[in-house]
Amino acid sequence: MCGAKAGGPDLAGVDVAKETIIQGSVTRNGEPVNGYVRLLDDNGDFTAEVPTSATGQFRFFARPGKWTLRALVPGATVDRVVHASLGAQTEVPIAV
Amino acid sequence: MSRSDVLVDADWVQARLDDPKVVIVEVDEDTSAYEKNHIRNAVRIDWKQDLQDPVRRDFVDQAGFEALLSAKGIANDDTVVLYGGNNNWFASYAYWYFKLYGHGDVRLLDGGRKKWELDSRELVVEVPARAATEYRAEAQNTSIRAFRDDVLAAIGNLNLVDVRSPDEFSGKLLAPAHLPQEQSQRPGHVPSARNIPWAKNANDDGTFKSDEELTALYAGEGVDLAKDTIAYCRIGERSALTWFVLHELLGQQNVKNYDGSWTEYGSLVGVPIELGN
Repeated sequence: MCGAKAGGPDLAGVDVAKETIIQGSVTRNGEPVNGYVRLLDDNGDFTAEVPTSATGQFRFFARPGKWTLRALVPGATVDRVVHASLGAQTEVPIAV
Repeated sequence: MSRSDVLVDADWVQARLDDPKVVIVEVDEDTSAYEKNHIRNAVRIDWKQDLQDPVRRDFVDQAGFEALLSAKGIANDDTVVLYGGNNNWFASYAYWYFKLYGHGDVRLLDGGRKKWELDSRELVVEVPARAATEYRAEAQNTSIRAFRDDVLAAIGNLNLVDVRSPDEFSGKLLAPAHLPQEQSQRPGHVPSARNIPWAKNANDDGTFKSDEELTALYAGEGVDLAKDTIAYCRIGERSALTWFVLHELLGQQNVKNYDGSWTEYGSLVGVPIELGN
């Protein structure tokens, strides 16, 4: 597999205008990392989790507002706070 | 029954990878994950193709379960260890099936695929060959399965535990947020249900919390475990994990999983629904 790709996985078949998308990739020194990303709501409660793709990418279908992304990879945990909007694809690159 | 009779850790599994009477079974929401790699000698059960009736919305029946396990090379006296992604959601769902059809010795791998990966343990692509068996299942044990009329009768009377995330419970989201949100059913929850998200049962790495922490969780949320309890989520897999906690880890005998869950309840005509927290 070559280097990490920006953005989330393929969105074919999804009505993007009706979704609040948070997506990105998890990298270490620019290379994709296999791991997991958790989506936590503004109380810190778990909402969803996805494994990263082979190219380090992840995506959530959330609602507008503030969220925390937590990347879990072997040997590291990294949090990122994001604000998401309806009809937008909020991009969150996470370097670990 | 002790915790190790139903839940084993990675070292336990690692030490038994070549034991022919221990069958490791991967069950994932992403049914292609097994093809990428899996624990050595693990077989796959596909929760969509293998565990559902191909036409009606219902489980594979007793004869179908027998045919499935026979083809997978699982015998009645084998120890089955289930694991999967998503913090064992679908492995818990499969565990509940194995109990529903009366399998004797079935256990979950604590932390599932995620913990195994985060610990950088060995994963392989080779698919094991297991000789077919003649598996015999029991009739469904419906004492652990709730249907929609059970849920309606439980409103205001029994414990209803909605294990979805707070945003799904309140109606802000219709599905777990790794899935697109456009759905046909109404948002909200069953009146009188308490929202105790499945994730509160587990640590970040997917392992279950201790019995003491779990007991304190349900007591702290005001769940009277002396009463019958029905757990539900969206399609019954996350609530199978909570059923596992209450019935298998904490030993509560009066707990049912409602596999129709919100995709059924939220589509019923005329039933009461609550929105908000």
